[in-house]
Amino acid sequence: MILVIGIGNPDRGDDAAGLAVATRIREAAPPGHVTVRELIGDQLALLDAWTGASDVYVVDAVCSGGTPGTVYRFDAADTLTDRFRHRGTHTFSLADVVELARALGRLPRRLAGFGIEGAQWELGSALSPQVAAAVGTVTSQLLKELKAGV
Amino acid sequence: MTHGSRNVSVPALARVEGEGGLEIVVENGQVAQARLDIYEPPRFFEALLRGRSYTEPPDITARICGICPVAYQMSACQAIEDACQASVTPQIRALRRLIYTGEWIESHALHIYLLHAPDFLGYESGIHLARDHPDIVSRGLRVKKAGNRLMEVIGGRSVHPVNVRVGGFYRAPATAELRSLVPMLEQARDDAEDTLSWVATFDFPEFERDYEFVALRHPDQYPITEGRVVSSSGLDITPAEYDSHFTEFQVSHSTALHSVLDGRTYLTGPLARYSLNSARLPAGVRAAAHAAGLGATCTNPFRSIVVRAVELLFACDEALRLINGYQPPDPPAIDVRPQRPQRPHQPQQPQQPHRPQRPQQPARDDATGYGCTEAPRGLLYHRYSITGDGVITDAKIVPPTSQNQRAIEADLKDFAAARLGLEHAKLTSECEQAVRNHDPCISCAAHFLDLRLTEAGPGTGTRTEAVRQT
Repeated sequence: MILVIGIGNPDRGDDAAGLAVATRIREAAPPGHVTVRELIGDQLALLDAWTGASDVYVVDAVCSGGTPGTVYRFDAADTLTDRFRHRGTHTFSLADVVELARALGRLPRRLAGFGIEGAQWELGSALSPQVAAAVGTVTSQLLKELKAGV
Repeated sequence: MTHGSRNVSVPALARVEGEGGLEIVVENGQVAQARLDIYEPPRFFEALLRGRSYTEPPDITARICGICPVAYQMSACQAIEDACQASVTPQIRALRRLIYTGEWIESHALHIYLLHAPDFLGYESGIHLARDHPDIVSRGLRVKKAGNRLMEVIGGRSVHPVNVRVGGFYRAPATAELRSLVPMLEQARDDAEDTLSWVATFDFPEFERDYEFVALRHPDQYPITEGRVVSSSGLDITPAEYDSHFTEFQVSHSTALHSVLDGRTYLTGPLARYSLNSARLPAGVRAAAHAAGLGATCTNPFRSIVVRAVELLFACDEALRLINGYQPPDPPAIDVRPQRPQRPHQPQQPQQPHRPQRPQQPARDDATGYGCTEAPRGLLYHRYSITGDGVITDAKIVPPTSQNQRAIEADLKDFAAARLGLEHAKLTSECEQAVRNHDPCISCAAHFLDLRLTEAGPGTGTRTEAVRQT
């Protein structure tokens, strides 16, 4: 099973980038081919969310000081870069969860995905134009890979 | 969401929030000040709630915290029902207590295994602990998942439960749904016993404190969802009297308000709950606590991990007991309607020089209600004033982390004073641990506290060293 997981907070500006990609993939992916999930909140829930899936894509917003809208690719065959490590309240970053899963033998057979550099995270704000554009870029790339069965 | 809409939902669990910082000021070789700078979202929510319907706070305030949404929902419901002079049925009370045990299980398991235990075992993080001890961390995640499942089955989902409403629940879970959780909870209970035995073997620094403890007290139960507000110095009041004794005020170094009890620093949370209520634990849990080395009270904050493990065991036991006696509330919620004023107004609050002005005060004929419950990390107070038409005119939310901020700073001041000779990284790590003892709902509960050590003294000039750990 191919699983796409979008992570984010729908009401904190660019933090919703991963969720926006998930929504678009759900609308555009070939039916029956791909399962799409949105994850809001505790990222430790990823460990259970991807249980049973062999090919998993994760899309998340990133706050690493880069140019807003920049897209970063990751493959969990390697340790994720510090761009995927964030500060947060009781929550674990994507990089942390990947390493925890690796330590516990709970990584999917293949785990890859994208990070989108955000610009603003205000409560109640919408996606910034740079991130909205990046959401389109990531969606197209992901659809291409899903169709190619990469 | 749309700008300008009245129905904005605003989860504060942004994965970018929570820049916690700690500053220790040293003068002439002595710690002059220890300041914890934290981010605190409830202030934003208090303003957001004004002008909204009395039915909205359970949904809106649940989004203040991704770890303890149930606590926010329960304190909110209780306060609104108090304002509306409504009293829920015993079945609804029991179901509320049951979903709350799920949150205790989830939150305590997370803190014990992934945030606090690594400190005692010399690991940089829960991930490093997992590499060497995958079975132990898997046990912690198994317990956490049992709590999550309990919250999902009752609340609809675990992060921001959607089944809770003023007056009760939208839907009562079927008995069979809850009973299906019993094997998982029995496993969690066994795991919690092992957890307690495990943490009891840790080495704890000698650091006894003279805390004034504050917690709820119920006549015959260990407090979760209700009780009087009591303290170790003899305070014994209803939640409605909270504002007569507890005062919040602003400090320049933090966006969070500080809170004092009749001018005194106090501590809420597991140490306080346990020390004020250990006699109300079931005999089996009490015996397990004693076997783990705890007396009737506990004043060493480093041992809070043992107290949390005791509460984890209690929460599993209590969940099983409540499921065993479960009677689906029918109807799942009582009808709660706003009332025209029939109660005396809340007592006048003592004047504080720095007390922030609230932009809108409740009108004289609004009804005011009060709610206090025990969030995993301590007392959570809500107060709402509601018009006869059900519009909220005033909201006040006092979370446990803001109440504990002064006690945490006092801990740090004394703790750091004896460790100033340590090299910076070691001092930072030990100070982080002292903060983590209290499981504050801020980023420094994980391993990324910024420590600023400022040395000032005559003839030495001032040296500021800033270190950012990532």
